[in-house]
Amino acid sequence: MTVSIDMPATADLVAEQKARRSIVEDRIFFGLSLGSAVFVVVMLLGVMVSLIIGAWPALSKFGVAFVWTERWSPVREIFGALTPIYGTIVTSLIAMVIGIPVSFGIAIFLTEICPPILRRPIGIAIELLAGIPSIIYGLWGFFFLAPFLQTTVQPFLINTLGNIPVIGLLFGGPAYGIGLFTAGIVLAIMVLPFITSITRDVFQTAPPLLRESAYGIGMTTWEVVRHIVIPYSRVGLIGGIMLGLGRALGETMAVTFVIGNSHNISASLLAPATTISASIANEFTEATGDIYTSSLIALGLILFVITFAVLAFAKWLLMRTNIK
Amino acid sequence: MKHLNLAIAAGFTFAALSVSAASAADISGAGSTFIYPVFAKWADTYKTNTGVGLNYQSIGSGGGIKQVEAKTVTFGATDKPLSDADLDKNGLVQFPMVMGGIVPIYNVEGIKPGELVLDGPTLSGIFLGTITKWDDPAIKALNPSVKLPSAAIVVVHRSDGSGTTFNFTDYLGKNSKDWADKVGSDTAVEWPVGIGAKGSEGVANTVKQTAGSIGYDEYAYAAQNSLSYADMKNSAGKVVAPSLDTFTSAAANADWANAKNFHVIITNQPGDNTWPIAASTWVLIHKAPDDAAATGEALKFFDWAYKNGKDQAKALDYVAIPDAVVALIEKSWSEIQASGKPVFATQ
Repeated sequence: MTVSIDMPATADLVAEQKARRSIVEDRIFFGLSLGSAVFVVVMLLGVMVSLIIGAWPALSKFGVAFVWTERWSPVREIFGALTPIYGTIVTSLIAMVIGIPVSFGIAIFLTEICPPILRRPIGIAIELLAGIPSIIYGLWGFFFLAPFLQTTVQPFLINTLGNIPVIGLLFGGPAYGIGLFTAGIVLAIMVLPFITSITRDVFQTAPPLLRESAYGIGMTTWEVVRHIVIPYSRVGLIGGIMLGLGRALGETMAVTFVIGNSHNISASLLAPATTISASIANEFTEATGDIYTSSLIALGLILFVITFAVLAFAKWLLMRTNIK
Repeated sequence: MKHLNLAIAAGFTFAALSVSAASAADISGAGSTFIYPVFAKWADTYKTNTGVGLNYQSIGSGGGIKQVEAKTVTFGATDKPLSDADLDKNGLVQFPMVMGGIVPIYNVEGIKPGELVLDGPTLSGIFLGTITKWDDPAIKALNPSVKLPSAAIVVVHRSDGSGTTFNFTDYLGKNSKDWADKVGSDTAVEWPVGIGAKGSEGVANTVKQTAGSIGYDEYAYAAQNSLSYADMKNSAGKVVAPSLDTFTSAAANADWANAKNFHVIITNQPGDNTWPIAASTWVLIHKAPDDAAATGEALKFFDWAYKNGKDQAKALDYVAIPDAVVALIEKSWSEIQASGKPVFATQ
């Protein structure tokens, strides 16, 4: 009997100790997680501040005109960011134009059409594509893709599309093999796994009930995708595209191999050009003089701002879609 | 306590040992890719003879200048000599190490290796973008017997700062007023046309990969990688092939004795048998080194290379510095001092 009386008292004590301990644990946990969150913000601001400090000599010398100056002359110490910005945006756009439809196609095939037995192997193959280091893409692009494009695809484009007025300007010769076009294709392949895996995941969130009903009333696969799956997963799709775009904008090694590193803007998509990250990777170690180094850091700052703007735009789009 | 003291003492001894071992074992340097093949060869033999190794990073002249200024390496190597003002500002001395040649390399279907002949104005036109086809009249006039294809010329240049670029653009500037006015000469310039590739290897690989391309590289590099290179018509109007012979003829014109800080550029030199795009590599080293022992080791290595490395340099088609110039250089080393005494004692 005495045991049964003592029991609750002991239990209370244990519970109290437990509660006290969990309060302490909770505080520590709170502190640690707050610390982590603050650390990220401090890091972000720190990177931004150090970029601004590093870029200051160039920005104060060239002013805002740095952004739209085309010249990049290490000899005369005149630097402008327009060419790398142009190259960065155009290669990323080419990557998106090719990458988005293909990714959507793969995702639709995997979720709607693919026989279950093939679903896993194809899915794994795409995920493996994401695991290939970017320098391997660069080597492949340089040693295989560029000579192939130079001798087959590009002469064809120049001889066909190149003759059409206006559009022809985009496909003017000569065929270099290396350039914006090749860089765009390599980037498209690199962003495929990112967009595809997210697209596939969000396509799967469309409720099976809706989907089955749609098929039940006689809709075709295309109609189900077009009218049920895509509207249902719009938010996720934009997220996936933006993730791919973010990757394309900042990609360095693969692009450096195949972009041609030329500080000239040309109307043709087949011409060599440069991107922000490729310029920094190429020139930073051997940039002589403070203004040169500082201009390269200013390029980094601009890339930071562009990426930030893309993400902010994506968030804004997502917020709008959510409200709808 | 006793144990702790012992441990600390042991630690210090160990640290001291490892420091002295490191400074005795390795001479550290960085810079020019032009000189790298011959430095690698010398260092190998020097290590077997003396046990002292050389850790040389072949990162390009621009990088070498930066690193020696920052004192992260004992010496820097550059293919573009520094101005007197830059040397004074950083307390550096410079002296030439070897001379050699730069060659135009190409990859054009239908033109066999060694078949193409170019001259200064034509090469400038190609790199300016005014000559855009392989069957341009200017190239035809120089190569009457070669069947030139009507293909577009793809120019390939260095995308990183490079002494090879400096000497090559210096040569183009001496042959074309347009080039001198619009582009100029430096380790990195504003290229009017073409594809940029990183490093000598990058240029070589891009030329190999791209049909209809022309680039430039160190001769030793082009020869070792069996790239097709062009012959050049020199300032005497004679067509010459790149070889140790024609480089030596270019180097013979260099008047080292009367140049302050050994500032001599050897492109476009006179002489019937002179290769027109020749270049030198200079070593940069601090006048008042923080680590006198390391600088002393480096100077000993250079002294050894001047005296015993000639055959190895020749085997790689570099021109060694003549003995008379070596005497001048070693005399100039008396400027390199630590606590009032020259670091290198002339034998």
